[in-house]
Amino acid sequence: MGVDTSRLLDVTDLSVDFDSQEGIVHAVDHVSFSVAPGELVGLVGESGCGKSVTATAILGLTRMITNATVSGSIEFQGRDLLALPENEVRKVRGKDIAMIFQDPVTSLNPVLSIERLMTEGIELHLDLSHDDAVARAIDMLQLVGIPKAAERIRDYPHQFSGGMRQRVMIAIALSCNPKLLLADEPTTALDVTIQAQILRLMKKLSREYDAAVIVITHDLGVVAGMCRRILVMYAGRIVEEGPAKPLFHHPHHPYTVGLLRSVPRLDRPRSAKLQSIEGLPPDLSHLPPGCSFAPRCWLATDACWQGVPPLFDTDAGRRSACFHRDRLIEPAAAEMTA
Amino acid sequence: MSATDAVIPASTGAAAPASGDDLVTVDDLVVHFPITSGIVFRHKIGAVRAVDGISFTVKRGETLGLVGESGCGKSTTGMAILHLEKPTAGHVLYEGADLASLSGRALRRQRRRMQMIFQDPYASLNGRMTIADIVGEPLLVHKLYPRSGRNQRVRELLELVGINPNTLNRYPHEFSGGQRQRIGIARALAVEPNFIVCDEPISALDVSIRAQIINLLLELQREFGLTYLFIAHDLSVVRHISDRVAVMYLGKMVELAENAVLYGEPVHPYTQALLSAVPIPDPEAEENRRAVVLQGDVPSPADPPPGCHFHTRCPAAQEGLCNVEPPVLREVRPRHWASCHLVTNTDFPHIRAGEDDLAVVATGPVMGDASAATVVHTDALDAAGENDHGDV
Repeated sequence: MGVDTSRLLDVTDLSVDFDSQEGIVHAVDHVSFSVAPGELVGLVGESGCGKSVTATAILGLTRMITNATVSGSIEFQGRDLLALPENEVRKVRGKDIAMIFQDPVTSLNPVLSIERLMTEGIELHLDLSHDDAVARAIDMLQLVGIPKAAERIRDYPHQFSGGMRQRVMIAIALSCNPKLLLADEPTTALDVTIQAQILRLMKKLSREYDAAVIVITHDLGVVAGMCRRILVMYAGRIVEEGPAKPLFHHPHHPYTVGLLRSVPRLDRPRSAKLQSIEGLPPDLSHLPPGCSFAPRCWLATDACWQGVPPLFDTDAGRRSACFHRDRLIEPAAAEMTA
Repeated sequence: MSATDAVIPASTGAAAPASGDDLVTVDDLVVHFPITSGIVFRHKIGAVRAVDGISFTVKRGETLGLVGESGCGKSTTGMAILHLEKPTAGHVLYEGADLASLSGRALRRQRRRMQMIFQDPYASLNGRMTIADIVGEPLLVHKLYPRSGRNQRVRELLELVGINPNTLNRYPHEFSGGQRQRIGIARALAVEPNFIVCDEPISALDVSIRAQIINLLLELQREFGLTYLFIAHDLSVVRHISDRVAVMYLGKMVELAENAVLYGEPVHPYTQALLSAVPIPDPEAEENRRAVVLQGDVPSPADPPPGCHFHTRCPAAQEGLCNVEPPVLREVRPRHWASCHLVTNTDFPHIRAGEDDLAVVATGPVMGDASAATVVHTDALDAAGENDHGDV
């Protein structure tokens, strides 16, 4: 890490806490990572691990949540978004940083036409006249593969299928030439044949527009085909980070090992029993004192219960937050993951 | 055209009695939902053809996987089998008895043998009932245990699915999604059914919890000799759990075969495309394979295309045949059914990714890009030419 000086996004020590009746929920707990221009990064984890809150914070939307406390810094193109006033963040949000939401059915306003939905951002950020904005919107719709875009731009979201709506959302997100695209479970609501279409489209457009993409998902298969670098989150913390290929082949954190083992794979022979991770993810308002994965971990020792493991460098560009990472890195342990 | 006529007894390991191998027989099942218009004078203006004439059997002790994309009618099929949805036409025979001919007490008695596990553990448990009431209700309805023994039975059931029996006075909101699904499973097991329809039982759960529930379902099947109809859209999970797999598209059954055959040598172009679109959690494997990307969306089941329902997206479709004549489900090889005009006993279309990730067809005449379709996939041809596929 640290080779690339021209970093697009630098998240340092980001923490997001929510006040709740059960106590303080540590949704994001001292998370640091960076994204290079044009890079495809996968942020993987289960529900409640803090991956969507991280995206919300990058977009500067946590400031609108009244019970949220945010600390750390999010430097985007050299400016700390958390320190900027709201009117400055607005110039970035939707223009340089755009977001694709999970559910295309609920995240497009049903009473606005596609034209309104598309041109709102274009007029605001690119300072175009309405006619020019419409022309650009039609271009974008064609780009994402909406047939008869010039006619369909007058339609409303309910007149599109789920896959088509997700294409519209991608068109909206890309319409102002963003440098960074946050895709939060972009294909979870879609069927598998449509998912393949959308993933391919996002990969192609990110290359053409030189936009970095952070794909946030629980599905390891989705990021395997798309992302170069993977961040694995568990209970608000990044537990493993590294280039996709070595990380999938030989994980350095027991949680990643467990996650990969617990999903059946089409390219492997059928096994009699899936190896599941026992137990449940921890309650974020009552985290265990040490490593939050320790209660479910087969490698856990007393040390794991006492201190939170920091991210240790394990290999070129790879980090793992595990005291016992050496037991996974040893060649003998490699076959456990196979 | 009924596939049930040609059923050959399963060669799978499931211990089945010599007679009555088929537990559930679905014969030409049709479920249409009317589309009505008018407020005062409602009249029917069309129908959503959710299930449009499908036939199959579920054998005693097996797991039949039923896969397809959303809107293909797989959940409606599950509901119709349990008679929770009234079939528009066709029959569902359970142990040889037609459920439609039963009513009242006889139907209720039969229902005890067949239960359902629902998709969403947040919506399928009544939030105002305690766990004891939820799991105990089926016992009450079917008058299975005296009041005194009921709590003991509920405790046993909870223990069976891995829930601490001391929590039986708690409410659903106090449990996590995976625990709730376990409670739903305990409720289904309460009346000692033979047959359970599992409708997407794990898709609402977290990845690390899914494997726990799948393993639990498999353990319970072994212990009680249960028969499952496992409805899911996740093809890797269905492969893991099923003995045989059926694929549906827009209300029709397109392919049905034993697990290894369906995943190893699918013959229907839709099955082939579906399998190639499943992401594999391995960057290298993803790099080396080229997924077939189908164009367009699934058409509306209210207005399915004429001929083969899949012809609008099928890269192998032939003009004048596939868009005119609806194919029937035939046994193309022993114990392997497919409904495609282009699948013969010696040949089937083999679609794969072309230059631009668009699907092309390796064998057979093509309607679309003929220039890209010159490579003949010899493996596929050879495999199709043989007849002994029972060993795969």
